[in-house]
Amino acid sequence: MSNESMAKAGTFPSRFMEKLLMGMPLSDYVRTLITPFNVVAMGILSIGIPLIVLRFIDGLAVITHASHDYPWSILLGWGLFSGVPLSATGYIMATAVYIFGFKKYHPLVRLGVLTGFMGYLFAVIYLLIDIGRPWRIYYPMAVSFGPTSVLFLVAWHVALYLTVQLLEFSPAILEWLNSRRVRKWAVMITIGMTVAGVILSTLHQSALGALFLLAPGKVHPLWYSSFLPVFFFVSSIFAGLVMVIAVSTVVARFMRNRADQEFLGSLDPLTVGLGRAASIVMFVYFALKLIGVAHDDNWSLLTTPYGYWFLVEVFLFVLLPGIVLTRGVKRNSARMVRFGAFFALAGVILNRLNVTLITFNWNVPGHLHHLVPPVREVFVVLAIATLHIIIFRWIVNRMPVLKEHPDYREHE
Amino acid sequence: MEEKKGITRRDCLKALTAAGGTALVGSAVDAHAYKKFSGWPDRCGMLADTTECVGCRSCEAACNRANRLPAPAVPFDEKSVFEEKRRPTASAYTVVNRYSDTEGTGPPVYRKVQCNHCNEPSCASACPVRAYTKTPEGAVLYNKDLCFGCRYCMVACPFSAPAYDYESALEPRIVKCTLCYERVKKGGIPACAEACPVEAIKFGKRKDLLRLAEARIRKYPDRYIDRIYGEQEVGGTSWLYLSGVPFDRLDFPENLPDKPLVEQTKGFLSAVPLVLVLWPAFLGMAYAATRNKEEDK
Repeated sequence: MSNESMAKAGTFPSRFMEKLLMGMPLSDYVRTLITPFNVVAMGILSIGIPLIVLRFIDGLAVITHASHDYPWSILLGWGLFSGVPLSATGYIMATAVYIFGFKKYHPLVRLGVLTGFMGYLFAVIYLLIDIGRPWRIYYPMAVSFGPTSVLFLVAWHVALYLTVQLLEFSPAILEWLNSRRVRKWAVMITIGMTVAGVILSTLHQSALGALFLLAPGKVHPLWYSSFLPVFFFVSSIFAGLVMVIAVSTVVARFMRNRADQEFLGSLDPLTVGLGRAASIVMFVYFALKLIGVAHDDNWSLLTTPYGYWFLVEVFLFVLLPGIVLTRGVKRNSARMVRFGAFFALAGVILNRLNVTLITFNWNVPGHLHHLVPPVREVFVVLAIATLHIIIFRWIVNRMPVLKEHPDYREHE
Repeated sequence: MEEKKGITRRDCLKALTAAGGTALVGSAVDAHAYKKFSGWPDRCGMLADTTECVGCRSCEAACNRANRLPAPAVPFDEKSVFEEKRRPTASAYTVVNRYSDTEGTGPPVYRKVQCNHCNEPSCASACPVRAYTKTPEGAVLYNKDLCFGCRYCMVACPFSAPAYDYESALEPRIVKCTLCYERVKKGGIPACAEACPVEAIKFGKRKDLLRLAEARIRKYPDRYIDRIYGEQEVGGTSWLYLSGVPFDRLDFPENLPDKPLVEQTKGFLSAVPLVLVLWPAFLGMAYAATRNKEEDK
């Protein structure tokens, strides 16, 4: 019973197999999987996955540096607190195109929504490994409500938004499955889902910052501010914009054959446009950060070691990438904008790590000893990131993300 | 003054009862009570006098026994543990730390560390599944049957009191002092207070303990600095401390607001419904404007 004959039979399972294997016989498909990237990925996974299993045998202590004083380690500092702003791509692109009518960015919408969806999905996966009893993850939704908790809000919103993003991306899945009727319904709810997405994103992006409002004695005063929710929300806007630039750069390079001419041809001007928007938001954010210092009258702290670190963050990792983006836009150089975008991404990640790990508990004796994560935790993070890329690639290889499906061209 | 307020509230409630249905009154009572609520009136607490403590660690041993915690790695009469600063862990609700007198003249000072059982606990307001309860008796209790192990309470606790069972793979839980709730319910007193040979820890109604602490400060102004730690901090705690040296020298956090920490997130949470209502309106308008422009073309 070879695969070829199954495909020819035309039954549902065989047609589905054909879609999974991208129309290749199984042997050919397997052969295409042997690439340098996949070999490295397998290496990482073969170390990381057993470590994840080990967490469920011997407890969190064997894979992380998390402790009584530092309950959240790099697993969440990276996976959740950095991952969520980088996944603002979905709501940013959908709002720009569907609500504000920037139609020319249409080729990037699906990429934005998919990046966002995958980002949230994997933020939840990091969370499921980190929290004590992941099988109780639904408790805030069904068993016991803690409405005074910002985390209660985050839990609800991330769950709802994950669903919203799946619905937003569903037209691509349904086109892939050739399910014309269901797709029609999925497209009908686009505007509603976009609006829901903006509301949910506004609230939980800012809520991730608001979580730390409960720890005024622990987060360094230069990072602790009543504006934390605003900082987190505004930085998520430019994080989403530069993440679209970054991801589109990577896929245009490594998955060129999955993109149509509309995507590839418009990418440079669209990159510059996104860079322009991002730079403006970054300057606003930079100003807000300074207002934050002024609001709490923390100027004198700027000349302390943490003050220098704060200046590094806002000048070298917010203002400077903002300037690089502006220069790139002025010169109409997509290359320079792309460089600025990756630079700005590093700045967002640095900010989230500063709040969650680097300045958290800054006044505890021996602080900072916990910052270099143990090798095991690094491998867990690498393994999840690798899975993230593999599944993302799997989807882009099969579904119309970087191209319009020829049968569904009716526009919008 | 106090008395007068009470009467007004009662009058107000009466008026509401007359006016509304029972359901309406039910919620109105809660809302009203919340605004005025200044804590359970008869809540208990502990007064720890750091000038009395001799660092014998009897309290640690008694706590371990009373709560059936695992046997310690070093026995409780071992003094070498004081060489480093310790904190409550998954196997110890409380620890005592030693602070040498910085002027080098006096004897060392000992400080007992455990959950302070805040009046308005930050852990409780942080918990997304309401696993924490502030009981009328004063204890802040944790319910392991609701907890899913997010550890936000540990982030939120201003005293870093809760510990977590990182070693447990499938049933990790938060570990912290219960103010010997079960013993107190049965009319007893917490094990640490009972065990203390020098009465450096005293159990009682919080308001009585405050009066007692004030009296001690008044009586021995040279012995104590004029402050009760825990009276105001983060809205007040059930554990109250007296000291002869400034509290920051004993690692008491001195950067905490006097208001309960839940106040810090209230503003944000009250903006949530506004965003829920206003955003669709604004975005709807933006969408309509875009559509309108397209139609004009």
